[in-house]
Amino acid sequence: MQVDGPKIRQGGTRMLCVDQVTHRAGKKPLVDRVSANFESGQLNLVIGPNGAGKSTLIKLLSGQLRAEAGTIAYDSMDVRSMTYRELAKIRAVLSQNIEISFPLRVWEVVMMGRYPHFVGRPGAADERACEEVMRFFDVSDMADRDYLTLSGGEKQRVHFARVLAQIWFSVSGKSRYLFLDEPLTFLDIYYQFEFMGKLQELLKVGDLVVVGVVHDLNLAARFADSILLLHQGKVLACGSKAEVLTRENIQTAFRLEPALLRTDDGTMHLVFE
Amino acid sequence: MPAKPLASPYAGIIPILTIALVVIAAFSIRFGAVAIDFNEIASAVAKGWSAPDSLDLVERIFVEIRLPRALACIFVGASLAMGGVLMQALFRNPIVEPGLVGTSSGAAFGASLYFVLGAVLKFHAGPWTLPIAACLGGGAATACVFLISETAAVNRESTTGLLLIGIAVNALFLSGVGFLSYIARDPQARSITFWSLGTLSGANWRAVLVLGIATTVGLVIALRYARQLNALMMGEDEALYLGVHVGRLKLAIIAVNVMIVAVATSITGIISFVGLIVPHLLRLMRGSDNRFLLIGSVFLGAILLTLADIVARLVLKPAELPIGIVTSAVGAPVFIMLLRSRRYRF
Repeated sequence: MQVDGPKIRQGGTRMLCVDQVTHRAGKKPLVDRVSANFESGQLNLVIGPNGAGKSTLIKLLSGQLRAEAGTIAYDSMDVRSMTYRELAKIRAVLSQNIEISFPLRVWEVVMMGRYPHFVGRPGAADERACEEVMRFFDVSDMADRDYLTLSGGEKQRVHFARVLAQIWFSVSGKSRYLFLDEPLTFLDIYYQFEFMGKLQELLKVGDLVVVGVVHDLNLAARFADSILLLHQGKVLACGSKAEVLTRENIQTAFRLEPALLRTDDGTMHLVFE
Repeated sequence: MPAKPLASPYAGIIPILTIALVVIAAFSIRFGAVAIDFNEIASAVAKGWSAPDSLDLVERIFVEIRLPRALACIFVGASLAMGGVLMQALFRNPIVEPGLVGTSSGAAFGASLYFVLGAVLKFHAGPWTLPIAACLGGGAATACVFLISETAAVNRESTTGLLLIGIAVNALFLSGVGFLSYIARDPQARSITFWSLGTLSGANWRAVLVLGIATTVGLVIALRYARQLNALMMGEDEALYLGVHVGRLKLAIIAVNVMIVAVATSITGIISFVGLIVPHLLRLMRGSDNRFLLIGSVFLGAILLTLADIVARLVLKPAELPIGIVTSAVGAPVFIMLLRSRRYRF
C-alpha cells in the first residue's frame, strides 16, 4: 500500500535528542541520566523490565512530563519551549488503554486527532487526513459504528488511526514525532505484525521519528532498527539489535537467560526456558 | 467513507426541539388556576407594549406571573441540563449530574446561609446577592466532591466511588441546610424548606433577568470548551496529547457549572435529575459530541422542566406541587434504569 497522505521532502535525517534526562518520583529516580538519539526513518524501540522507566521516558519525550534535569530536543527545539497546542500539532502519543464511557462514532474518535489543527469546524485537510488514515488502517468500514460496540483490538486500531491523523501532514516543514506506549497489548498476533508493518511503511516518508515501548522482545528483535534497553531507569544498552540483544544484557535486565536463535532470514529469536 | 464529520451534529434535531419548546411553553402559560386563552395573551402583549397600565386582571396574571414563570422555567431547565452535560464530561461518567456532585445542595446551603445571616453580614449586591451566595456554596461543595474524587483511592471513572463521595458531601451540605432551617425564625424557615424541595412559584421578572444572563454567559463560555471536553472523554492524558490544557479546562468547566446551576438553585431550590436525564436522551439521538449536547441540552432541558412544571400545577389544581417532587419522581426510576443498563460501563 502506498502512503498517499504526507508528501515530504527527503532532506536529511531528523532527530529527537535526549541528553542526560533525569526524572524522579519523590527521591527515587524513575529515569536516571538517560541520553539517546532517536533518528527519523527508523523504528526505535524501547525495551526493559517492569519498572525500568519505559513509560516515564515516553511521557518525558512526549512533553507530558517536564524533565527535572537534562534536555529533550525535537530537531533543535527544546520540548519545554513549546506549548501543549504547538506540541500537539507535530507529535502524537498512542497509549495502551483508553477508556471512553460515552457512545461516539468511530469517525468522531478519529477526527479528535485533528483537533489541534482546526478551530470551529474541521477543514478540507482535516477531513482528508481522516479519510486517508482510516483507509490506511482498514477502519473505514467501521466509520459509522459506535465506538463502544467495538472489540478491544478494533478499538486499538481506531486509536492508531486517530493518533496518526493528528500528525498525518507535516506542519510548516517540521518533523513529526510519534510515541507508542505498549501499543500492541490488545492486539492478536496478526494485527501486531500488521501494525508493525504499517509503521515501517509510514517511516519511509522520512520526516517521522518513532519511539515505541514494547514488551515482547521477539517483536523488537523482528522489527526494530534501533533498540534502547532500560534497566532501573538507566540505559543498559543502546544501538542495533545485535548490540543490544545479547545474552548478558538480557540476563542483567530481565533476570532470565535467553537462548538466542537465528532463523534463515537472519531474524533473531529469543527463547526463555 | 465517513459522513461529514461534526459538520452539523444538530441538523434536524435543534429545529424540532425549538418548535416543541415554543408549543409546550405556550401551553404552560395557558394552564393554571386561571385559564388564559391565546386572544388574551395577544391583547396583553399588545397592550403591555403600548399601555402597560391598562391591563385587566387576566392580562396582568399573564404579564406578571405566567410569562416570567415560563421564562424562568426555560432558563432553569436549560441551566440544569447544561450543568449535567458539563459534569458528565468532566467526570467522564454518564451518571453524574450537578445534584450528585454537590453543586445544588451546596448552592442551597449558600443561599440559606445568606438568608439567615445576611442581615448580619451587611453584604448586598442587589438581585445578585442571593445568586452569589449560592455560587459560593455550590462552588465549595463541587470543589469538595471533585478534589476528594481526584485524590481518593477510587478513581473518578469509578461510579461507586463517585456516588459515595457525592452522597457524603450532599449529606453534609443538606445537614447544613437543615440546621439553618432549624435555627431560623419561622418565615425564613419556610423559605429554606422551599429551597430543599424546588419550586418555580417565586419566579418574577428580576429572577428571569438574572437567570437569563447567567444561562447565556454560561452557554457561550461552555461552547468554547466543547471540543476540549470531547478530547477529555478519552482521559486526561489523551486530552493533553491533543493540546488541551487540562487543568485550565477543569477549572473553567467547574466554574461555569457552578455559576449556572447555583444561580438557578438560588431562585428555584434544588431540582434534581434534569441534568441526568437530558444528556442521556440527547446521546440516544445524536451521540456524545459535546457541542451538540450543550446546545441540545438548552432546549431539551427547557422542554422537560416546562412539562414538569405543567404537571406540578395540574396534579393538585388549584394548588401546586413543588416541581422538584415531579422531576425526582420521574428522574429516579430513569437513574436506576441507567445504572442497570449495559450500554455504559460503570
